[in-house]
Amino acid sequence: MDLFEWHGKRLFAAAGIPVPRGSVARTVDEACAAAATLGFPVVVKAQVLTGGRGKAGGVRTAGSTGELAAVARHILDLTIRGFAVDALLIEAALAIRHELYLAVTLDRRRRRPLLLISAEGGMDIEQVAREHPGSLFKAPLDPLLEPSQAVHDGAWEALSGAAAAARLDGRLRDDLVDLATAVYRLYRDHDATLIELNPLAVVEGDGDGDGHGVRLMALDAKVTVDDNALFRQPDLAAWRTGEDERERRAREAGVTYVTLDGDVGVIGNGAGLVMSTLDLIAAAGGRAANFCDIGGGARADQIAAALQIVTADERVRGLLVNVFGGITRGDEVARGLLAGLRQLSDRSLPMVVRLDGNNAAAGRALLAAERPGLAVMETPWDAVQRVVSLVAEG
Amino acid sequence: MAILVDEGSRVLVQGITGREGTFHTERMLAADTRIVAGVTPGKGGSTVHEVPVFGTVQEAVAATGADVAVAFVPARFAKAAALESADAGIRLAVLITEGIPVRDMVELTAELEGFGLDEIQRRALGRRDPDAADEPVASRGGMTLVGPNCPGVVSPGACNVGIMAADIFLPGGVGVVSRSGTLTYEIVGGLTRLGIGQSTCVGMGGDPVHGVGFLECLELFEADPQTEAVVLVGEIGGDDEERAAAYAAEHLTKPVVAYLAGFTAPPGKRMGHAGAIVSGAGGTAAAKAEALEAAGIPVARRPDEVPGLVAAALGR
Repeated sequence: MDLFEWHGKRLFAAAGIPVPRGSVARTVDEACAAAATLGFPVVVKAQVLTGGRGKAGGVRTAGSTGELAAVARHILDLTIRGFAVDALLIEAALAIRHELYLAVTLDRRRRRPLLLISAEGGMDIEQVAREHPGSLFKAPLDPLLEPSQAVHDGAWEALSGAAAAARLDGRLRDDLVDLATAVYRLYRDHDATLIELNPLAVVEGDGDGDGHGVRLMALDAKVTVDDNALFRQPDLAAWRTGEDERERRAREAGVTYVTLDGDVGVIGNGAGLVMSTLDLIAAAGGRAANFCDIGGGARADQIAAALQIVTADERVRGLLVNVFGGITRGDEVARGLLAGLRQLSDRSLPMVVRLDGNNAAAGRALLAAERPGLAVMETPWDAVQRVVSLVAEG
Repeated sequence: MAILVDEGSRVLVQGITGREGTFHTERMLAADTRIVAGVTPGKGGSTVHEVPVFGTVQEAVAATGADVAVAFVPARFAKAAALESADAGIRLAVLITEGIPVRDMVELTAELEGFGLDEIQRRALGRRDPDAADEPVASRGGMTLVGPNCPGVVSPGACNVGIMAADIFLPGGVGVVSRSGTLTYEIVGGLTRLGIGQSTCVGMGGDPVHGVGFLECLELFEADPQTEAVVLVGEIGGDDEERAAAYAAEHLTKPVVAYLAGFTAPPGKRMGHAGAIVSGAGGTAAAKAEALEAAGIPVARRPDEVPGLVAAALGR
């Protein structure tokens, strides 16, 4: 789960990571009220869960109330990479001396947290790696140590190297170590899988009003939290974002659903099998409307829920159910499917069922007996070709 | 022979008195798996399907010589359950549980480490003497982990540890290692229909942080005399497939065939499995296919092409 920047910055502030003064606004009036407290100039930032908002015009500065009103109106009307902007972060504009990059992420290969620090920031990290390879330092952290110890033991050289490359003085170098420790502690304690400060800036003046001179400050906050850990992060679970209505309903029903952009509805059992089905649909010239995994067991209630959710999508013009029965035998799957179909509203869609695996012949016979109109196939490729051609015929 | 588990494996079920644990214990027994013990804290002294239940793994190992543990425990207790097995000297732990926090897996794998890959494999290939069960067994570093979020390990006809349906498998010479349970069924079902049996099928699971992966299984299959060819079933996310390709090009004499899922998955979306996500420029199916093909490993475009590619590789 990705957090909005303003949520991320709230976590930062609570963790002692300096962030600019600011507040969130959902209307032009709220934006102006925020600026009145902060003082001009201000930075106006679209709150969307996607990258590239700067290029899309979603980050602007404003020097007066008139300018702010125009900028806020403009950004609130934007759609950035498919995401409508419904909130702005209004922050005090700061004099930036230098931009660095700092992140903690999961290194899947090493099975460790990885601290990334670069003396060059403000651009995407792939670009940093390409253009300034000497300025990017990577430090795996020992997950069994206390954060301060882990950063001291694992990242001291990386942080010193980046501080030297960025010409930070002794005090700012010490601040960088403290800040990196705070970031890693936040990452660990809040079950994050990514925390990115890009840029981490050296700024002048009292950005947060505490009278400091030149100091480090997180100008952006990208935080991704482990979905599997939300049970023990209730505060973060309340911030759940990035789901559409169908994705939310599916999660509540114990079904995994992801909205895609085509017109063939897909239901299958097992993530790999469903991903494979999407690939087959594309190979047959079709486009899947969704990813929907009812789980390895393919229980009747989950099949019914999946049928409801997938067919409620008016873009769907045909439906493919692809199930390989393992422990759940084919006849049980067929009964679940029939029960689900009976609960379904009267929307009639071309539908193809592929059922294979344990006791699949009995399952196919059950389906054919109760639903003579249903196309019931044995192989996924036959089923995919059939549903794609049914949708093409309209 | 086979890899990881065979007819000599003495299996212990963690969480045996739970609904899933009880259900799958019956199935595993029906598939001729030697289940010697179950463990549920506070339920020692009872039995489940005539399998004696102990309160701790330590007691179960001391009394029965169990050397393989399969865990059906809730996600929040999974790390502790695996560490309990490690401390009790279990050789191989199979973690079926789905939804374990990444941090728990990072900490668990760190606890189990302190030894290199060679050591993982030496331990995985070795077998403890069941008669020497009360011998003091070494550190946490001795245990090999499969999973989590995985369907288990099946050596057809010999041992079935986990939740895979035994009927689909046939004993034979093809090793399978997969990130997906139902795609394993799909592909193994096709192999079995062609009369091509399997040595061992390893469900390595769909999580980003996991135990044995493609690389370790390739090495084990290469060393296993029963295995003649290997099928690798991958998907988007991470770089396990790329590393396996590099390893196979360097070290494998046996033919390898691959299938990958997720060519059409949109970037940044998690496709069911926690580990199945294309992030930035990394983890795409296209990049994985390119790496595998560059290593001389054919990549099937559809699951149903795999059995034919395997038959061709075996000269059948």
